[in-house]
Amino acid sequence: MTRFTLNGKTVSTELPGDTPLLWVLRDGLEMTGTKFGCGMALCGACTVHVDGKSVRSCSTPLSEVAGTRITTIEGVAADRVGAAVQAAWQKLDVVQCGYCQSGQIMSATALLASNPEPTDADIDAALRGNLCRCATYVRIRAAIHEAARALASRSAA
Amino acid sequence: MTARIQNVSRRNFLKTGAGLTLAVVLPVADAASASNAGGPGIAGAATAGSADFAPNAFVRIGTDNTVTVIAKHLEMGQGTYTGLATLVAEELDADWAQVVVEGSPADAGRYNNLFWGTAQGTGGSTAIANSFEQLRQAGATARAMLVHAAAERWKVPASEIGVKAGVVTHAKSGRNARFGELAEAAASQPLPQQVALKDPKDFTLIGLHAPRKDSVTKTTGRAQFTQDVKLPGMLVAVVAHPPRFGATVRSVDDKAARAVTGVAAVVRIPSGVAVLAPDYWTAKKGRDALKVEWDESAAYRGSTEQILADYHKLAATPGAVARRDGDAGDALGKAAKVFEAEFVFPYLAHAAMEPLNCVMHLDADGCEVWNGEQFQTVDQQTVAGILGLKPEQVKLNMLFAGGSFGRRANPQSDYLVETAHIVKAIGGRTPVKLVWSREDDMRAGYYRPLYLHRLRAALDAQGKPLAWTQRIVGQSIMLGSAFEAKMVKDGVDATSVEGAANLPYAIPNLQVELHTTNAQVKVPVQWWRSVGSTHTGFATEVFIDELAAAAGADPVAYRLELLAAHPRHAGVLKLAADKAGWGKPLAPAKAGRRGRGVAVHESFHTFVAQVVDVTVAPDGSFNVDRVVCAVDCGIAVNPDVIRAQMEGGIGFGLAAALSGAITLKDGVVEQSNFHDYQVLRIDQMPKVDVHIVPSAAKPTGVGEPGVPPIAPALANALYAATGKRIRTLPIGEQLKA
Repeated sequence: MTRFTLNGKTVSTELPGDTPLLWVLRDGLEMTGTKFGCGMALCGACTVHVDGKSVRSCSTPLSEVAGTRITTIEGVAADRVGAAVQAAWQKLDVVQCGYCQSGQIMSATALLASNPEPTDADIDAALRGNLCRCATYVRIRAAIHEAARALASRSAA
Repeated sequence: MTARIQNVSRRNFLKTGAGLTLAVVLPVADAASASNAGGPGIAGAATAGSADFAPNAFVRIGTDNTVTVIAKHLEMGQGTYTGLATLVAEELDADWAQVVVEGSPADAGRYNNLFWGTAQGTGGSTAIANSFEQLRQAGATARAMLVHAAAERWKVPASEIGVKAGVVTHAKSGRNARFGELAEAAASQPLPQQVALKDPKDFTLIGLHAPRKDSVTKTTGRAQFTQDVKLPGMLVAVVAHPPRFGATVRSVDDKAARAVTGVAAVVRIPSGVAVLAPDYWTAKKGRDALKVEWDESAAYRGSTEQILADYHKLAATPGAVARRDGDAGDALGKAAKVFEAEFVFPYLAHAAMEPLNCVMHLDADGCEVWNGEQFQTVDQQTVAGILGLKPEQVKLNMLFAGGSFGRRANPQSDYLVETAHIVKAIGGRTPVKLVWSREDDMRAGYYRPLYLHRLRAALDAQGKPLAWTQRIVGQSIMLGSAFEAKMVKDGVDATSVEGAANLPYAIPNLQVELHTTNAQVKVPVQWWRSVGSTHTGFATEVFIDELAAAAGADPVAYRLELLAAHPRHAGVLKLAADKAGWGKPLAPAKAGRRGRGVAVHESFHTFVAQVVDVTVAPDGSFNVDRVVCAVDCGIAVNPDVIRAQMEGGIGFGLAAALSGAITLKDGVVEQSNFHDYQVLRIDQMPKVDVHIVPSAAKPTGVGEPGVPPIAPALANALYAATGKRIRTLPIGEQLKA
């Protein structure tokens, strides 16, 4: 049995330790907001936070995350940065098909947590591993700036 | 379309549930117009005198005040749920916030695509165009019934009642009611014989901002894709497919696969060997443990190199004629100078972010399917055929698709067929979710075909094109599809030559020819976002640029002179050029050369021009700095969705221009995942400015038309910067040589 904290709650699973975290979340714990896109850490659709860091859950075996704190798209709004990112995404209607957007939001949240005022170049560098076949990139950039502004104005207030 | 929809003789008003909701039904076609559209008039027959609540419900108003719009088209990112709801809400005068959208069931009698006769499906950038009046009628009818219900309740003339933002008001008496309060009473109103649609000047949603209806669920992880479906007892199937198209299973050793803990079944199906387990990872482990011997006696063993060499030879011989104006051969024969160019386009995979998948459950009553369902009528018939059912026994649940770009409307229903065979092989004892890995998805074929174009032209004394010939060589997409009879005439598949055979430029001697290669090349092919225009747009817009350069003319002015008879092409071209500052010098780059290029192209009756600014570094690498895009799609139903589709279309087309290519060696697809089939990344995405031409024309589609101009505009910009012509896609490292 493997235990970890998922979106603030302790969970356990009997799945084998070599099972990628992605499939533990999706098939084992029925948390399907985290997506399967490539299975090789090439597309970023499966991005989650493990102890606050972005990781590709499709290539992270369950055995590596025992005892960690994991946040997925379903829990990211509990964090003020995550909530601001989601709100900006909604305000600017970033999504098209939407399949990659959980991963985009997780990567954007991790970026803003470490860099509250990213430039376009910072955004491009941080999110170049998150593919969007609908190419919503113009709006992803704009939404990250929007979230940064919203967070800064709330901090100032 | 108007005549069809204004025939209200068979409109039914139907209660749903216990009379708590109002449904408005509109026959999509009366019998006469349906047969005009090439179908047997199923819609009229199904709705006539029907007392059921099945036919043609596009809007439902609940006593809880929710307005539910039933969308007959697949939401795959293009924003159709939002656009279709905008049409209903506009005429209903609903409050946008009270509107929700749900996918329709499969029923070609009620939910057919009006442009496809009696077939239901999404494609060809038709969703808004074919629904524009149908859904406005649905909204207007519902509104009229709410008004009559209020008039009856308040004992006032209906003509004194107004509706605004979901509230029905009688100003004189100061009474008002929300839709929900009137829903039940409206349910017993007779259907109005005639409803008037709004004058466009009175629109409060169309042409203005109506936020997407799928933003919240898609940003919180709650949106349901096929990949997310889990049914009680469901098994996940992962399939071992043959390495070459046309190969079959000779023998299977499944001992090791069955020994994987959790593997529930291993079954042989026509397309390979399926391993089933309660979860994907176990099923995949099982699949990877299979030892399959393939029978490759009928397998296709072609290579990209050989296909190209054969096409090159074919291009030297006359093909089937798709268009002939004047005598281009004679004019070229007499010309002092002939310009020639050969263009090459690779196979392209759709590579949507959600790998293909399908959920199916067989039970005593039939079969239920959960799918990003794009091609209802074809899929229903095909699946029914495999399972020995009637098409109507195949119930299709249309879920969001994580992209498609054409792929989920497969002419052979390939992945649904595979799922049906698995369900059949296990005797339907559990629901099955077929999951393809990225590698399965990328190697499954159904690519945008590989094409070769050979163009020749001569100029007159003023430098204008006197003659132009274009010979296209490649596989037909429509042969063998449900659209073959309609789309393939005299050896010409209209989609192979679209964008070339309707070249808008005034050229007195013009000939377009086609060689169709399906007899010799056995790679499965399919429509890919913007179909024929993916290649014809490039060849024609780069070649016209070459002619402009040869004539010493400005690329925009040269095109405009030849577009006198095509004001909408000219309109977007002028708008894009103007907004891009065409003619003003580009700011110099710190290192390297800058260039600006343009292209204009019509696809699916929508006109798009794009101006691209590039910077080429000394080492030949380059950056696409900015794209200015002008689009004329008639009435702009939802401008923000249109802008999003232009942005996305540009990014999608740019990926193909920069690096997209599927290649074959001895019949084996050489690419497998995103490391060797590169799609666009955020750091490659240019700034994009979109400008929409104001128009009163009927709306046309926007899902595809943003794609074709970007690659030629980029190639023309690179030429402006470097003097080097790009005629082979993808561009790859060509400028580094």
